[in-house]
Amino acid sequence: MLLRHTPKEIVERSALTINPAKTCQPVGAMYAALGIHRCLPHSHGSQGCCAYHRSALTRHYAEPIMGSTSSFTEGASVFGGQSNMLESINNIFTLYDPDIIAVNTTCLSEVIGDDLKQIINRAIVDNKIPPGKTVMFASTPSFKGSHVTGYANMLTAMVQNFAEKTGAKNNYVTLLPSFIEPSDMSEIKHIAAEMGVQYIMYPDTSGVVNAPMDGKFHMYPKGGTPKELIRASGDSRSAIALGRVGTFQAAQLLDTKCKVKTDILDLPIGITATDAFVDTLRKTAGVTVPESINTERGQLVDVLCDKAQYVYGKKVSLMGDPDTLYGLVQFCKDAGMRILHVVTGTPAGAKWDRRMKELTGEGTIVKSGAQADLFYLHQLLQNDRPDLLFGNTYCKYISRDMDIPLIRTAFPIYDRIGHSYVPITGYRGGLNLLIKVLDILMERQDRDAPEEKFELVM
Amino acid sequence: MPVVHETPTAEEFKTEVLEKYSSKVAKKRSKQIIINKVENKEDVPEILANSRTIPGIITMRGCAYAGCKGVVLGPTRDILQITHGPIGCGFYSWLTRRNQTKPVTDQDENYITYAMSTDLQEDEIIFGGEKKLRAAIDEAVAIFHPKAIGIFATCPVGLIGDDVHAVARAMEEKYPDINIFGFSCEGYKGVSQSAGHHVANNKVFTDVVGINDTFTKPGKFKLNILGEYNIGGDAFEIERIVADCGLTLHSTFSGNSTYEEFSSAQNVDLNVVMCHRSINYLAEMMDKKYGIPWFKVNFVGAEATSKSLRKIAQFYQDDELIKKTEAVIEREMAEVEKVRLDVKSRCEGKTAVLYVGGSRAHHYQELLGEIGLNILSAGYEFAHRDDYEGRKVLGSIVIDADSRNIEELTIEADPKRYKPRISAEERAKREKDGFEFADYHGMMSEMPGETLIIDDCNHYELEELLDRFHPDLVCAGVKEKYVVQKRGIPMKQLHSYDYMGPFAGYKGAVNFYREIDRLLNCNAFKFTKAPWDTDPELSATYGFNS
Ligand code: SF4
Ligand code: SF4
Repeated sequence: MLLRHTPKEIVERSALTINPAKTCQPVGAMYAALGIHRCLPHSHGSQGCCAYHRSALTRHYAEPIMGSTSSFTEGASVFGGQSNMLESINNIFTLYDPDIIAVNTTCLSEVIGDDLKQIINRAIVDNKIPPGKTVMFASTPSFKGSHVTGYANMLTAMVQNFAEKTGAKNNYVTLLPSFIEPSDMSEIKHIAAEMGVQYIMYPDTSGVVNAPMDGKFHMYPKGGTPKELIRASGDSRSAIALGRVGTFQAAQLLDTKCKVKTDILDLPIGITATDAFVDTLRKTAGVTVPESINTERGQLVDVLCDKAQYVYGKKVSLMGDPDTLYGLVQFCKDAGMRILHVVTGTPAGAKWDRRMKELTGEGTIVKSGAQADLFYLHQLLQNDRPDLLFGNTYCKYISRDMDIPLIRTAFPIYDRIGHSYVPITGYRGGLNLLIKVLDILMERQDRDAPEEKFELVM
Repeated sequence: MPVVHETPTAEEFKTEVLEKYSSKVAKKRSKQIIINKVENKEDVPEILANSRTIPGIITMRGCAYAGCKGVVLGPTRDILQITHGPIGCGFYSWLTRRNQTKPVTDQDENYITYAMSTDLQEDEIIFGGEKKLRAAIDEAVAIFHPKAIGIFATCPVGLIGDDVHAVARAMEEKYPDINIFGFSCEGYKGVSQSAGHHVANNKVFTDVVGINDTFTKPGKFKLNILGEYNIGGDAFEIERIVADCGLTLHSTFSGNSTYEEFSSAQNVDLNVVMCHRSINYLAEMMDKKYGIPWFKVNFVGAEATSKSLRKIAQFYQDDELIKKTEAVIEREMAEVEKVRLDVKSRCEGKTAVLYVGGSRAHHYQELLGEIGLNILSAGYEFAHRDDYEGRKVLGSIVIDADSRNIEELTIEADPKRYKPRISAEERAKREKDGFEFADYHGMMSEMPGETLIIDDCNHYELEELLDRFHPDLVCAGVKEKYVVQKRGIPMKQLHSYDYMGPFAGYKGAVNFYREIDRLLNCNAFKFTKAPWDTDPELSATYGFNS
């Protein structure tokens, strides 16, 4: 028993978080920044945070994750980080030549109160930023929100810094995805492309954190959204934001700053949510849904109808990030599963809690924010045992102790490969997900069947 | 067809690398990139180490918190550890260092799989977080009833002035049978993880070691191993070997260890030190306070393991022990040799570079040497000058602003417990005969002249090095791993072992030989270039042409 000290009785806690179901803002901001072409994330604070964030992303993606740091020591912590930041800008442009430096703050620089806007202005005045290059920042204090908030803040900073309204509308639809895997970013682009929609999507980490091996190291891989396109998003005919918690702020800003009409939808995970996305795309772009997309949809529905008996009525519990969770719960509902518990450490807000409760229906425990951690989830599971668990790698301890199969769908995943190559969004992603679920449940059935009930054809 | 590269001299490399830096940065780095020169057996050039990371440089380093909570305390299974700060720090130090631990029974305490944090929110950052920390300890006690609690301070906590020590004292009063202690290991302390090691050593020494006089383990020859963290099961293999020799391993600091072993660690006759950087302080302080001598060992590498075992046996001067030790060495080496020679036949002459840790870049050279690899360059992430140049330079290391903020404890002999394990005369006599106590010669004296020693090697320098020297193998950490591998060069992580191990001791050596054999000779890396990448396109012929 790896988590042998977790008692079944649920005790109220108000101060101690045990086995968190979230992490801190900068890691999300760093991930988002990697979705801009030729952008180097920079962490303003002491170097430990940056080392941790790079390591976490490196382990999750098994890819080089570049990022620099202001490397505060005690002096900078007392006197402020301006000189460290200015020196960083110098060294970064001479050594690594990025087009953009995307700065995220850490709790340290936030507590000191470093004013990055002023520091960057100072760098501009002092001619420290080469022509055509940009230094942008997002405020990402770790004592607020979670890694999802950090992602949202960096995405908002992209709109703030680059999106521009020139008055001449272009033909693009802007897509703003929430914190999802590069494979999911690809899938969303695939749907838009199949439908013949001209789109701008950012951030776009596909090709950056799942880049191919070609015998060279590319500091800035081919992927990522070029800043010209982010700029052009200010003139786009409309925008669709996917995943409310991760994109709301950016979507709103794009709307108010550039007057781009923006629809905010859920992440297209499962049939219902993907239908909504495709339909919105169809209407806003004025296109018809092509046969290829209908085929993808039809295949997913086909498999679901064929094998629904293996998933129908199965009990599931889920942990992860709010937007993905909303999609996954929707997917499970599409498949006729029963939702027992939904837990996210991200303080997703009362509205999210309410929508999630509406979606899951009576009898489901939904908890987000403070003390919504894996210790609590484990306690819940001991009281009401699901057939299946969705969550990140840290859930494997619960999964092993309780012998509940785990489907890895959240951040971080340190122990399995596939999440950055195989999507869970769109119809094709839905099919991947369904196959995963069926595999694991049918394997259970095989494993647990008495000899006389062991079947060849299933 | 082997590719022939023009390799620069170390001197040329250094000059060219420095050119790209601003003069200020170049000046500093020129003192950290050193061309080794060993004179009179161990006189080596001076290196600048334990110096600030340059802002904006993509660095391999981490912070004091990582060194304290992650490295030194993390591997102890039954000290409940609470990170005081926002959620991130606690989250990232959760299980990623692969410290294995094996409680004796299923009932024994084991908190290794738990990550606890006060998860500070904005309000607490503004109004102070001590109240929440106290409440967190209350909750931890109510749920887990641990015998000891460690509290770890993070950057923001230090800044807002929360006093983790005061909270620890107050809570200890409330729960007198629980040992509660705090660590001022704020990330910005010092210049790297190293500061955190020191903070951890100090606190474990003042608050844990020496408070339990009754616990002991059976056996005649008792020792502690310091600076071994049981990554991938290393400590298990070392435990196996020393037990076979007839030694009693009282406690390992801190791999596969318990609070009880720590608190009674003064009840031994010898301390041996693996990772010099992370724990030499503790060895030194235990020598002064309790009279326990220490010396440096290395269980990485089969030869190094034998050498270390022989030195331990020699220390106790017991014929039976010496005989048993020799028997173990003979038995184990027979197995090792078979694999070693086979692997060596395929790896001999290949080259490697190592940038890792504050001891590993040295230790692993022994293992690589056993299968015939040549080391082109090596360096540490967070070492001090003594790890490079040897402890003889300790007196000449200048205390600067970044090291001054870590407390240097003044240690005196414990009036009750001080007991020199060997008398001063005996010690002097043995030293005269060449037996070394309390010494470490550092990495440089064991590396040939003209090799490049790079302290705090950064991303740019690593890339330059790969471009110019084309090593066959790189050893570093996870952040460097894929940078190297994208070029088609195999890279071995020496912090996490790429989720393999053990690599220490004899079985570990065999594992490591096989692993390096796989890395250097497996097919996968040969696919990095597609056939059409090397074939000129125009030479393609069509069926109808022939
Ligand atoms: S919580 Fe703050 S100090 Fe800790 S890793 Fe995150 S940003 Fe750094
Ligand atoms: S050398 Fe290795 S074991 Fe020692 S502190 Fe460094 S990483 Fe840890």
